[in-house]
Amino acid sequence: MINLKINGKEIQVPKGTMLLEACRQAGAELPTLCYDEDLRLAGSCRMCLVEAKGRPTLVAACVMPAENNMDILTESEDVVEARKVILELLTARHKFDCHVCEKDGNCKLQDYCYKYGVKESSFAGEGPHFYKEDPNPFIERDYDKCIMCTRCVRACEEITGADAINLEDRGHHAKISTAFNGILADSTCVFCGQCVMVCPVGALTSKVSAGKGKAAQNEKVLTTCTYCGTGCTLELNVNEGKVVGVTSNRDRKYSPVNKGALCVKGRFGWDFIHSPERLTTPLIRENGELRPASWEEALSYAADKLKGVKEKYGPDALAMFTSARVTNEENYLAQKFMRAAIGTNNVDHCARL
Amino acid sequence: MTNSINELENDAKCIFLIGTNTTENHPVIGYKIRKNVRKNGAKLIVADPRKIELAEIADIYMRFKPGTDVALVNGMMNVIINEGLLAEEFIKNRTEGYEQFAETVQKYPPEVAAEITGVPAEDIIKAARLYAESEAAAICYAMGVTQHSTGTDNVKTMCNLALLTGNLGRPGTGVNPLRGQNNVQGACDMGGLPNVYPAYQQVSNEANKEKFEKAWGVPLSGKNGWTLTEAIGHAHHGELKALYVLGENPMMSDPDINHVEEALKNLEFLLVQDIFLTETAQLADVVLPGATFAEKEGTFSNTERRVQRVRKAIDPIGDARPDWQIICELSTRCGYPMEYDSAEAIFEEIRTVTPSYAGITYEKIDATGIPWPCPTVEHPGTPILHSAQFSRGLGLFHAIDFKEPVELPDEEYPLILTTGRNLFHYHTGTMTRRASALDEHRPYNEVEVNPVTAAKLGIANGELVRLSTRRGSIELKAHISEIVNEKVVFITFHYKEAAANVLTNADSLDPTAKIPEYKVSAAKLEKIV
Repeated sequence: MINLKINGKEIQVPKGTMLLEACRQAGAELPTLCYDEDLRLAGSCRMCLVEAKGRPTLVAACVMPAENNMDILTESEDVVEARKVILELLTARHKFDCHVCEKDGNCKLQDYCYKYGVKESSFAGEGPHFYKEDPNPFIERDYDKCIMCTRCVRACEEITGADAINLEDRGHHAKISTAFNGILADSTCVFCGQCVMVCPVGALTSKVSAGKGKAAQNEKVLTTCTYCGTGCTLELNVNEGKVVGVTSNRDRKYSPVNKGALCVKGRFGWDFIHSPERLTTPLIRENGELRPASWEEALSYAADKLKGVKEKYGPDALAMFTSARVTNEENYLAQKFMRAAIGTNNVDHCARL
Repeated sequence: MTNSINELENDAKCIFLIGTNTTENHPVIGYKIRKNVRKNGAKLIVADPRKIELAEIADIYMRFKPGTDVALVNGMMNVIINEGLLAEEFIKNRTEGYEQFAETVQKYPPEVAAEITGVPAEDIIKAARLYAESEAAAICYAMGVTQHSTGTDNVKTMCNLALLTGNLGRPGTGVNPLRGQNNVQGACDMGGLPNVYPAYQQVSNEANKEKFEKAWGVPLSGKNGWTLTEAIGHAHHGELKALYVLGENPMMSDPDINHVEEALKNLEFLLVQDIFLTETAQLADVVLPGATFAEKEGTFSNTERRVQRVRKAIDPIGDARPDWQIICELSTRCGYPMEYDSAEAIFEEIRTVTPSYAGITYEKIDATGIPWPCPTVEHPGTPILHSAQFSRGLGLFHAIDFKEPVELPDEEYPLILTTGRNLFHYHTGTMTRRASALDEHRPYNEVEVNPVTAAKLGIANGELVRLSTRRGSIELKAHISEIVNEKVVFITFHYKEAAANVLTNADSLDPTAKIPEYKVSAAKLEKIV
């Protein structure tokens, strides 16, 4: 075990523990942008710098293993001053359009600038500008907001394994790019949106959710995906009574199967819920055409028809296809209805199809 | 699945994928398999007529002729037996029927299997060794194995392979069907099948019948019902008069759609409950508007048997209602009152008649879902089945011979048509074709055709072509790709404008499971002039 002091508090951590984690255990939450507990360490944003007494320079806590007798300060004057400069460097080419940004209120960069009082960057000036047009319907790539934390690159490689994006160029011109700087659709991208999930700023956002509700104002409802049988957990984002997006919970406790990872259907395929083609009223066929009807009329009519067939031909002249898409509760009632109310075992669903 | 999903990322040392295009149909499981291969060095064997994405990183890829699954795996097992790679202790202590099975397998030396399947014998040998010599080997399959006239035989053959090598009941092993729909596991668990009550209790068993008669307070029928595919046939012949379809779309999903349409039109009464006016709902006499997963409470059970919560995020759209409420209303009007004040109240009743769900409560699965069997409230659930013994006691080997698919290519229809899904759409497209981004990205159907075949027919990439079988024809764009070989073409069944099931065969069903042979139809491809 390693013994060290953090903000004056003595703690003990197992050998190999990074300072970031040691600080957390001592109750000192450090600001981080490039750090992600599911991805390999990058140590690139430098936001988690801390002062180790007796050392000539500040150290990045996410990549520095705790050592015996370290005496760490997480918010000393030097640390705060360094973080301000780092934020100014990170924001030198970050387009501040927070008022129209999808990540407004849910952006780590915004939070840290607020915390450390960074209003603008002394280093702002002429810089590269990136085209944001990527002709795909899923992911908005606005690299004028990118802070080069590379979480998207690591998530693409390590969670999905698509390897669609990586760093291109150096210095001021460095950016995230597909092979040969093409569009996502021509790359190995599978539009899973893991990059959107891990992006700490507004550089990568969902085009399907754009303009429908600000992240910070959305209510999140934890549920299970409606598509394949994997059973991924996801969060429906709700704003003013409408589903406006899907995010994911990365805590294994709430997301035991997928730990936040989703596919293109789960993350971007939710807006059928509000399709104008949704059925909103019962329909009855009359003179060959379907016409709107009240629930009372439709239910009574349907029940009479079912009862009529049962009386005339017996219960086995009726059948039901229940559904692999509805809930367990509904499937239970469906088979109970056919077996107990109608009196037949003619109930099946599309498991075979 | 006998085992759990995360074992494919962490515990399996060898993964044998057969008939599953995992990265497109179960993408998150696909990520995990790829991670295990890349990060932990797990071995990967892929057997599929299509050179799917995961074939690229496989240690062995076997492109076998559609419908020859039994021959391929019998060939592997022949090697395992003759090279002494079998799990003798496991076979002795935990199985029965080995002798007869082994005798049958002797008919399939790798050279014979190679002849039938088109896979080089040396690859069959390598695959057999890799699978059998691994410390923990998992088999994953999907509809590529089951949608055949020999679907049941194919599945039993996968079980034979696992039994022969003792790859069951331990982390990272198992026979793992990857199920294609959010709650297909739950629909089966709940007795949405013609021969069983909830928890697979046979309706033909008198004691089960009495149990449910007591629980539900009415006399019940002990006669097995019709499967979906049989019901359509009976509608055709006039024995089925009324059909209630809940959240299904047989006009897209069932074999030989023209046949389905005739059958549905022959009914006296068709009731459809759905969220959209599907191709099936368009034929209905009454349509009832149901709710999406976002508009109601309940549970889904995933492919690893994990029962998880579904939560209401918004009110039903318009005058739509949660489906369970609609069923209750209908039942009450049919003279069998059903009254529940919540989905949870229904779940509480389910627990009383479904032993595998008896220990699960909404409270227990509030954060983390639980895999059944979970017989008591204290029980933590069962991620791995069959660790001490099988449901029937001993694991039973089946002696299974290879049988050809029903409809083989001939001079007139020289190609094998196989159908499935793509990454961007789901099943009959009812939801995903109305999800704006998904449909914008993949708006039309395509037929995958090998460059050699395309060249012979004078077909260019992206050209509109005609694909026909004995049932009918569709027109769609050609996508020239080596993902299929010269004798195979592939299409998806998501698109109503070029519906795959116009082409498929309603007569080639598996005799036990009644599953249609979607993976093999004889077809011809033509240039449109």
